[in-house]
Parts: sequence; C-alpha cells; structure tokens
Amino acid sequence: MADVKRAIENVEPWNDPQAQPYVRIENVTKMFGEFTAVDSVSLEIYKAEVFCLLGGSGCGKSTLLRVLAGFETPTSGRVLIDGVDMAGIAPYERPTNMMFQSYALFPHMTVENNVAFGLRQEGIAAAEISKRVGDMLDLVKLGPFAKRKPHQLSGGQRQRVALARSLIKQPKLMLLDEPLGALDKKLREETQFELINIQEELGVTFIVVTHDQEEAMTLSSRIGVMNAGEIVQTGTPNDIYEYPNSRFVADFIGSVNVFEGRIVEDQPDHVRIESQEAGCPLYIDHGVGVTSGSRVWVAVRPEKIEITRDKPAQQDNCAAAVVDEIAYMGNQSIYHVLLESGKKLRITRPNQSRTSSDSITWEDQVFVAWHPSSGVVLTA
Amino acid sequence: MNNRRSTFLVSAMAFGFAFLYIPILSLIVFSFNESKLVTVWAGFSTKWYGALLQNEQILGAAWLSVRIAFMNATVAVCLGTLAGFVLARMGRFRGRLLLTGMTTAPLVMPEVITGLSLLLLFVALESMIGWPQGRGVTTITIAHITFSMAYVAVIIQSRLSSVDESVEEAAQDLGARPAKVFFIITLPIISPALVSGWLLAFTMSLDDLVIASFVSGPGSSTLPMVVFSKVRLGVSPEINALATIIVLLVASGIVAAGLVMNQAEKRRQRDVQMAVAANE
Repeated sequence: MADVKRAIENVEPWNDPQAQPYVRIENVTKMFGEFTAVDSVSLEIYKAEVFCLLGGSGCGKSTLLRVLAGFETPTSGRVLIDGVDMAGIAPYERPTNMMFQSYALFPHMTVENNVAFGLRQEGIAAAEISKRVGDMLDLVKLGPFAKRKPHQLSGGQRQRVALARSLIKQPKLMLLDEPLGALDKKLREETQFELINIQEELGVTFIVVTHDQEEAMTLSSRIGVMNAGEIVQTGTPNDIYEYPNSRFVADFIGSVNVFEGRIVEDQPDHVRIESQEAGCPLYIDHGVGVTSGSRVWVAVRPEKIEITRDKPAQQDNCAAAVVDEIAYMGNQSIYHVLLESGKKLRITRPNQSRTSSDSITWEDQVFVAWHPSSGVVLTA
Repeated sequence: MNNRRSTFLVSAMAFGFAFLYIPILSLIVFSFNESKLVTVWAGFSTKWYGALLQNEQILGAAWLSVRIAFMNATVAVCLGTLAGFVLARMGRFRGRLLLTGMTTAPLVMPEVITGLSLLLLFVALESMIGWPQGRGVTTITIAHITFSMAYVAVIIQSRLSSVDESVEEAAQDLGARPAKVFFIITLPIISPALVSGWLLAFTMSLDDLVIASFVSGPGSSTLPMVVFSKVRLGVSPEINALATIIVLLVASGIVAAGLVMNQAEKRRQRDVQMAVAANE
C-alpha cells in the first residue's frame, strides 16, 4: 500500500533515478513467420502509471499487449512484472488482466456472473465474492443492471462491465485494448474521465493500446508511439506533442507543417536553417548538434503560426502567402495558405470573437510568422 | 405492371407449393383409403392405422431406428464437436489439412462406397479380432456415426468461427484453465449448434437406407429398410399410414421449434430496444 502511495505522490517516476520500474519489457521481438510484428521493444513502466501504446493499425501495439497478457510468446526478449519473469507463465496464471476491444463479455451470463467470473476461478468464498462484485458494480455505476445479460445493455454499459470484470481481480497490471474504441464521441469523452478516476482510486497500473491520439493524450501519463513494430518515441503527452523526435511522430500526433532545409549555422542556443520551401530564413532557439549543411526538417504546429495582413517586423520565420482555403469549424477556423514556393501551410486560429476582426478571406495577400521557440528541428 | 408481376409471383408460389406438397397430400389422403389397392379410392377408413399398430415388424423396425438414431446422434455430437473445435481453434498444426480432408470426406463420398467399405472393414475386423460379432445394431450405429459426425463437425466449426475468440481468451485471462473454458464458456455459447447438430445426425440416421443395408445383419432391419422392401412387393396402405404419422410428427416438431425461436427472437429484440432506449 505504501508503495502505491509513493508512486502516486511521485508524479514523474521516470525522471527519478531511484524509482524502480514495475513492468520491464526487455528487447521483446515477436515474429509471425517472416513478419516482424514487434521489433526489439524495451520499455520501463512504473507503478500506477497510465501508459499508452499509440500507433496506426498493424504497428504491433496489440501484439505487444498480447505478449504481456501471455497470449503470444515473444520470439526473443523477456517481460518482467513486479520483478518476476513472465516466461512460461500461462495467461490464466499471470497477475495481469485484459480488457478486450470487443469487450468479450460472456453472452450467456448475467452482468453479475460476468464480473464474478475471475473471483470464482480463485475459489473465493461466495459471501466475499458477492460483496466484492456489489462494490465493483457500484464503482462502475452498474448496480441496477446486475441481473441483465450483455445483450440487454448499451455499448457504454458493456464497456463498464468489461472494465469491472478485469478490475475485480485487482491485477498488478491492467491491459486495455482500445478501451473506448467502440463508443461514440460524446460517450467516449465522458468515459475517459471516469476511466481515469477509477484508475486513480484503485492505483492500478494501466497499459492502454489505442490508435486515437486524442485518447492517448487525455488518458496517459506517458505515451509510447509505435511504428512498424518499433517504439519510435516515449514521453509525456506534452513532450510528444511539443518535442517530437521525428517527422513520423510529428505528423502522427496532431497535424504539423514541415519545411525541408539545410543547417547554415548551429550554435548551442540557436540554429539557422535555409529552406527553399519556406522562402525565408528559419531561426530556432535551440541547438541541434549536427554538422552544418546537413539536411533537416523544421516542424511547426498549425496553431503556433500567426496570419497578419501587415508585414511583421521580424526577418526570420516570416513569409508572404496567399489564402487558398478557409474551413470554419465553430471553435476555430483552419486556413490553408500558399507560400511563394508553392508550399501549402495549415494554420488554425481560435474564433475568440463572433466576427473575425481582421476578416482575412479567400485570395488575400497575407504574411505568416512564428516565434523562434515554436519550431522543432527534426533530423529524421 | 406491378399488378402483373404480383400475379406472376402468386402463381409461381402456388406452383412451387403444389410441386412440393401434392405428393405428400395424396399420400395422406390415401392413408385413409378403404381399399387395399392404393390407386383406387373406395371410401374413408382408418383401418390401416389399426393394422399398422398390429404390425410387429414395422413397429419393431421403427423402435430400432429410433434407438440407433439416438445413440448415433449422441456419439456423433461428441466426436464432431471435438473435431470441429480442433479445426476452428487450434490454428495451424501438422496434419491439419489431412484432418480437414478426412473430416469432410464422408460428406462427398457416395453412400454406396461408404457402405461397402464399412462392410469390408467390419468383416475384416471380425476375422482379425472377433469384434464386432456379426452385423447388427452395433455396426449400423458405428457406420452412421462415421458419416453424421462429419456434418456435426462442419456445423460446429462454422459456428465456432463466428464466435469471437477473445471471449475464450478473456475467460483464460481471468484465471480459467483451457479445459474449463471449453466446458463453461465455449460449450454454452455454441449450444444451439450442438442441438442442431444432434437433430441433423438423428434425422440422417433415421433417413439412411443405403449404408444401413450394407452393414445390417439378420434381425436388425431399420425402418427405411422395412419400408423399402415392403414397397417393392407393392405399396401397402399401411405404409401410407406410417408415412402420415411421420409427416405429422416432423411437421409438429418444426412448427414447435419455429414458435419457440420466434418467441426468443422477439424477447431479444425487445431487450435490445429497451437497452438502447434506457441509454438515451
């Protein structure tokens, strides 16, 4: 119990050299015939964390989850949970529980019996089972539905049965495969917060697989972005969004404008990059540490670019453009502007007032500009 | 245009029904015929039903057929379920293709060949190990099991492949061993397929004439064999009466099953609608 408390108090255990990871994935590779689904993945996950594996379909995230649950045997590498090597331990003996994407509820059992199933396998006394099932159903607000069968429930209710059924075993590690994938948008947003409240209340370690970057951003303490079987970047949602380490990550998380260019000056506190595409010198206030003249990419998020009618004072990070398209989204508007090089930029502006004051419209000549701290230099 | 098409549809339907049911109807009508000659109507009578109940041979054969069909269906469901489960769930393993071929072979094998080869097998077995002694109920049952388990295996396999495998994985994940998962999760979920497999095996055994003729022995004639041999000596009105009783039994069985399924489906629909409504 003391352990759990410390882990919750210590908000960023991954930055604490003293902290011991709770789940260790060491060089895990999983091959299906010639196809490498998971390619030497190593991860350290701490107690009471919500770790999201984020990636497109077929990137190996679900396979990795199934390796953790014991449904797939890794071709090489090993998995340790709470210091115990999981090699040779069958799924029904592991201290993990999984919540399946399809929920996989037992269709012939009532909600109550679904939730009690795990405890019954442990041979716990009937009185204790019914108490714990009652408590768990209250926690997920399903008390009145205890006697129903899964087909008598709505999608959101089924999702909560699945959650309750895996949580009731108090697993050391809870694995969630697209937990909110089958819910509609509104329900998903509500459920995200409920899920996190329950997780914080019970202090269980979560590993969540998702392809939805918004879901990953809201749920997780840290995100591992996967591509083609490999982890390409691990970090907090903020790190991943603001400091992506590659064009893949920058593009996968949110949308981004990327300029190709060459380094002309690289100092510890800034770099200058010459870019045909941008049509202006690029200045970024952090160093990269690569040789001058090497090819790099500069990523700038759409919301960090300003559009003005008048030419801004700055020389760097500022280019003339023509408004090509405007999409009004309600809370914000998306502008597509064309630079002189023919490069198309995506820029978003919040609609703070009901009518736009500068009323920039189609075909207008404008200037786009951004702050030296807004760009990120990517070398891959 | 619309009217003409509906006239066409109605007449097509009438013709189809007539084609299917006039033979059966005429059989039922002639079972109440007074005359011994099947083709000559001589007035209404139920005497052939009385004669049927006196006929020890037919009643004995019917009882034998039911017993064989019952044993056959029960064993075929057990074996067929195992085969279907292995084919649907074990993934790829050595000899899978062979097993698939062997399981489905009886479906496409001509009955004459199945019957003949089983007869040869039984004769050879008897001379080698002394079992099965002679031919009779045992050999007919074994022969029926070999072909009806193939149908059961196919039904179970197709049912299992439409069941989400993660349900079984979830049960394992929650601590149930694979054998337990099979009995408390898989079997209850596929129970409708087990029932229909059992019924199919039962009907096929009751129906079979060719294979049973090969492997039966003296004193073990099944109902189809008795009917067939009687008809060859000239159609007897007793057989009409028997056929009418069978048609009635089957028809009432089908109607009852239809009603039960209809009810269950309606209840299910209502539940789903209630769940959706409660959510809104």
